[in-house]
Amino acid sequence: MLPFLAAAALYMSASGVRLAANPDDKLMPGPGAMAAAWRSVALEPDARSARYVFWDDTAASLARLGAGLGIATALGLAAGLVIGMLPHVRATLAAAVTVASMVPALSVLPILFIALGIGEVSKIALIVVGILPFLTRDLAQRVAEIPEEQWIKAQTLGASSLQVALRVVLPQLLPRLIDGVRLSLGPAWLFLISAEAISATSGLGYRIFLVRRYLAMDVILPYVAWITLLAFTFDYGLRVLRRRRYPWLEAALAR
Amino acid sequence: MSRVRIRNLWHQYGDRVVLERLNLDVEPRSFVAVAGPSGCGKSTLLRLILGQERPSRGRIEVDGRPLVPEPGPERGVVFQRYSVMPHLTVVENVILGLEFARSRLGRLFGRARRTAMAEAEHALEQVGLIGVRDRYPHTLSGGMQQRLSIAQALIRRPRLLLLDEPFGALDPGTKDAIHRLVIHLWHASAVTIVMVTHDLREAFALGSRVLVLDRVRSDPQAPERYGAAVTYDLPLRRSASEVEEGRRPPEPDALEVSGLEPAREVVRRRGLPGGEVRAASR
Repeated sequence: MLPFLAAAALYMSASGVRLAANPDDKLMPGPGAMAAAWRSVALEPDARSARYVFWDDTAASLARLGAGLGIATALGLAAGLVIGMLPHVRATLAAAVTVASMVPALSVLPILFIALGIGEVSKIALIVVGILPFLTRDLAQRVAEIPEEQWIKAQTLGASSLQVALRVVLPQLLPRLIDGVRLSLGPAWLFLISAEAISATSGLGYRIFLVRRYLAMDVILPYVAWITLLAFTFDYGLRVLRRRRYPWLEAALAR
Repeated sequence: MSRVRIRNLWHQYGDRVVLERLNLDVEPRSFVAVAGPSGCGKSTLLRLILGQERPSRGRIEVDGRPLVPEPGPERGVVFQRYSVMPHLTVVENVILGLEFARSRLGRLFGRARRTAMAEAEHALEQVGLIGVRDRYPHTLSGGMQQRLSIAQALIRRPRLLLLDEPFGALDPGTKDAIHRLVIHLWHASAVTIVMVTHDLREAFALGSRVLVLDRVRSDPQAPERYGAAVTYDLPLRRSASEVEEGRRPPEPDALEVSGLEPAREVVRRRGLPGGEVRAASR
């Protein structure tokens, strides 16, 4: 907490100095100006569209982020499970996934725009393309880390491959999936805001890049703070979920 | 209750010969303890019987039929580590085998689950873990985890139970208690047991027959050229009750058995007072 307070104090004093010299300064608005700007986008309907821009932006961004993360998670879990469990598939696909994870996702964005249009699909696809290879590789690695003794034990208890997947591998993979998603949140936001900055009509990233033209720091700074808060909340929520739901995990990791 | 017959078994990894010309007949209901220096192929033998690996040459038969070359429910196993599922509670670990058997997806619900639960609880009572039925394995001591692993392995009523250094990591007091439990379960469940151990004392304490694996031939220029075979085979022919009552903690020197002389020989050759063999290998 202390570093944040220190940064805020530093900003306020610098802002105060600049505003004392020039009350119209736009680069370091004071807290009052930021609050007013936030109120005008969040609590007052937009003059033209009669919509609450801040909440519309939030909803649009979260929908894209959620869809991208959801699709990437589902695909990554399935692919990780298959690659991790089946040696033949691993031999065929593991190298390809490694190479794919090296492709800078943003460099693919033009291709996505051309192939999928500039609507929602290409933004969601960018998030998926950006984090899926990492998630897949991470989860396949986690499957490979399950001690061989457990596989053998399950087989001696009469388990089929499907049963091993459902009762031994998947339950141990889910908490690792949460870890993987937590690590992917940062890149996911990055891809989301990049895609929105380049082509969108709503969204948190769209907004900050739009008002940049007017040097509207009083809007940009609250938006950045809000994005940070959202990202932190997701991360924290996932961490708590992991601890609550998987009490056995810490010990399993410590061994 | 299984008869295992091994004929002319060879196993090698590349040029490294682990087992050679190994012949072995395990009678139904026997408790075979396999000892020997580390690296002598004890665990390899167990993996071959388990079906986890295929022998390079030779054949293994169980009850007159060639061994199914992959692990299955007729052969239970207890490993030294990682033997229970860390993400399942004690009772869930035991019920798992029943769920695999009775549900295609490996999960039981409703009445079927309650029936299986009762069986699992009975098994937990036998190994003295009913009081911790809802705890996760990581909260249990090493001895309790191995009891759990045994209960888990026996729930499918395997005819053959394979133990791979199951008590190597336990302290002596815990070991004694779990030894008594294993002997008790051996009699109660009519299972054939093959146990690998590096602890000769343990081998004599538990086995109805003790095997020692070691290299018969050796070439100092190429120590990996020759593999191990059964060098000593000591049938103890002990009555069940004698072991179970825990009289006379069996020591190699105290046993009145026909194979005693070779046993002493093994111990003397290793320069150890009847205990660990491991340290003295090669």
